Amino acid sequence: MAELKLVNVEKAYGEVKVLRDINLDIKTGELIVFVGPSGCGKSTLLRMIAGLERITGGDFSIDGVRMNEIPPAQRGIAMVFQSYALYPHMTVRDNMAFALKIAKKSAAEINAAVDKAAKILQLTPYLDRLPKALSGGQRQRVAIGRSIVRDPKVYLFDEPLSNLDAALRVATRIEIAQLKEQMPNSTMIYVTHDQVEAMTLASRIVVLAGGGISQVGAPLELYERPKNEFVAQFIGSPSMNLLPGEVISTGAQTVVRLANGGIARSAVPTQAADMGLKVNVGVRPEDFLETSEEGMFTGEVEITEALGEVTLLYFKRQDEAAQVVAKLPGIHADLRHKTVTLSAAANKVHLFANGLSLLYR
Amino acid sequence: MEQAILALLTIMIGVGGCVGYFWLSNIVLDKVIFPASGPMAGRNITRANAVRPWLFLLPAVLALGLYLAYPVFATFWLSLNRNEAGDLVFVGLDNYRQMLGEDKFWESLRNNMVWLIVVPAMSTAFGLLAAQLTDRIRWGNIAKSMIFMPMAISFVGASVIWKLIYDTREAGQTQIGILNAIWLQFEGGAGSVLILRVLPVLILLAFAAAVAFVIWGQVKAMSEGGLVARGLRAVGVVIGLWLVYLGVTGSVGAATAQLPYGEPQFWLQIPFWNNIFLMAVLIWLQTGFAMVILSAALRGVPEDTIEAAIIDGANPFQIFFQIKVPQIMGTIVVVWTTITITVLKVFDIVRAMTGGQQETQVLANYMYDKLFVAVDWGVGSASAMVILLLVTPILIWNVYSARKEMR
Repeated sequence: MAELKLVNVEKAYGEVKVLRDINLDIKTGELIVFVGPSGCGKSTLLRMIAGLERITGGDFSIDGVRMNEIPPAQRGIAMVFQSYALYPHMTVRDNMAFALKIAKKSAAEINAAVDKAAKILQLTPYLDRLPKALSGGQRQRVAIGRSIVRDPKVYLFDEPLSNLDAALRVATRIEIAQLKEQMPNSTMIYVTHDQVEAMTLASRIVVLAGGGISQVGAPLELYERPKNEFVAQFIGSPSMNLLPGEVISTGAQTVVRLANGGIARSAVPTQAADMGLKVNVGVRPEDFLETSEEGMFTGEVEITEALGEVTLLYFKRQDEAAQVVAKLPGIHADLRHKTVTLSAAANKVHLFANGLSLLYR
Repeated sequence: MEQAILALLTIMIGVGGCVGYFWLSNIVLDKVIFPASGPMAGRNITRANAVRPWLFLLPAVLALGLYLAYPVFATFWLSLNRNEAGDLVFVGLDNYRQMLGEDKFWESLRNNMVWLIVVPAMSTAFGLLAAQLTDRIRWGNIAKSMIFMPMAISFVGASVIWKLIYDTREAGQTQIGILNAIWLQFEGGAGSVLILRVLPVLILLAFAAAVAFVIWGQVKAMSEGGLVARGLRAVGVVIGLWLVYLGVTGSVGAATAQLPYGEPQFWLQIPFWNNIFLMAVLIWLQTGFAMVILSAALRGVPEDTIEAAIIDGANPFQIFFQIKVPQIMGTIVVVWTTITITVLKVFDIVRAMTGGQQETQVLANYMYDKLFVAVDWGVGSASAMVILLLVTPILIWNVYSARKEMR
């Protein structure tokens, strides 16, 4: 049971504000993922919630109680670190029991809590080992176990999977999802730079960029209705193509003449006043269709990457424009050095003016 | 001038000889003995590489053998003989028997044991404290340099400095020794009672209580671990009980002792306490060493584990004693044993300050007195063997811990 509320939270190191105007409501049982490029302050924000970094402005509260000045241990949070941060001189059991021992709980209580957590995480056979005798995945589970034992209101995960190899990362990701299923009432905040983790785990994603929140929303909402060019390009891989153009017809459907000569039709509605507006047309690589008729984009394929299930087409750059990428289903390795015309369904075409989506005006 | 040129020449010959040895012997190995050509090139290269370390180690091994290993055996041999007008007469264990019959030997052994307990413990504890406290403050580095500086002073130099601190003038004259200058400020009033009675009693009782707490923890943990661990715990408990006894009786003594206010004290002539005053010199010298090594070790403790402990609710003391100290335990052992070895060899301080008089004798000075003052090779060598016997196990433990740390 925990609701977190951040109001105008900011973090400044001297004169430099690394985070500002962070407003966020997190409801009980949500799994919130902070994503963003490196240096965007997502880990700093998490550490402010944990109490490891001072909040230099605004209010942060859990269940209506202001937490700005409350020491970390009394906030009802538990944190899983990127490096696991296990105590190397203690056995797995002692690592998990440490917080309870500090809290002067009885031995019976401690043992019960540790055994229960160990059972959930399948750590029972390893309880008497030292961390150095465990594999990376097992260490990560001990770190999670250390959190569970404390029965916190809020779980904080700081890039917990980034030290694991690819296969283990997928497995542990699923374990975390299952853990969340088992504890529907616990609130979790999860920091990652891996958008696959964000898309698969989150009930809502917070995209951080440039010291502020770019957009908050459910994973597919961010994918389908990005608020701005940054979110549009950050979510999805390869990132969304942006083609500059000018509005030539308005109404329920908007028509844009692109700088490369193509015509794009978008389901985003516009008003008469938008006539002649300079816009960027955004199309995800996977939304491009190959066509023989008049399309949005025509170019020569420079490189193909056939992955079996899909083929990535990288087009030759035209002048200064960004490289256009298309992702077509099936195998199309024969398209290399051919000229291909692309179009897209109108409801898959996004429009941005001055970096902001026209959907959200 | 001539001497300077001679010295320069010697250095050049020495260094040139070393370089020449390594260079030429390497060439001989590679070109003549195992040439890397012909039908056996591959095998020759492997063999040359197997021989090379031995080739390069040879001078060091020879020098160490000549100057370290040989003297050990020679000393052992001397300890079994008596020197009669320059001739060695084999007397078996007579020298040891004679030595064991001397009060001065037992006094040295007892004093050495006190040195052994007090100095490494205090130096390591102060060093650890200084390392932790100077880590966070702005002028920490200045404080560190000040604490480290005594390391640059020779033992004899330090002794001279501390002799001035302990210096005594007749009553009425200006005291140039700071300890007496402070002592004469006490006149038996309330302040004196507070500082010279209440404070020592409190410190001694706190020490006894701390030791008792550790004993209690060890007794509770008695059921765990194998036979060896239990045995060690039992020994620790016995030593601890003795320390508690010393603490309690000491506090009674401190509470009831008659203090000669107003009289300048001859600090280095007060039995037992003069040992402590000598130890202060070595503690002052070794704290800097302990601090530097432990400071580096403390910085190596991962910040994450400390933050995890903060979130787990540990207070600064718990973080220090339960998270940081256990993680640098290996380094603490290395520092402790290194200082212990220095302490076992302690000679200069005692020689320069009391000469082993007034019950301050230690083994190394006892050896010197026997060997070079009384010119009794036999007993002198026997006492040297005792020192060697005491140092060796600690040395082995030290090397073992240091190598474990490096892995």
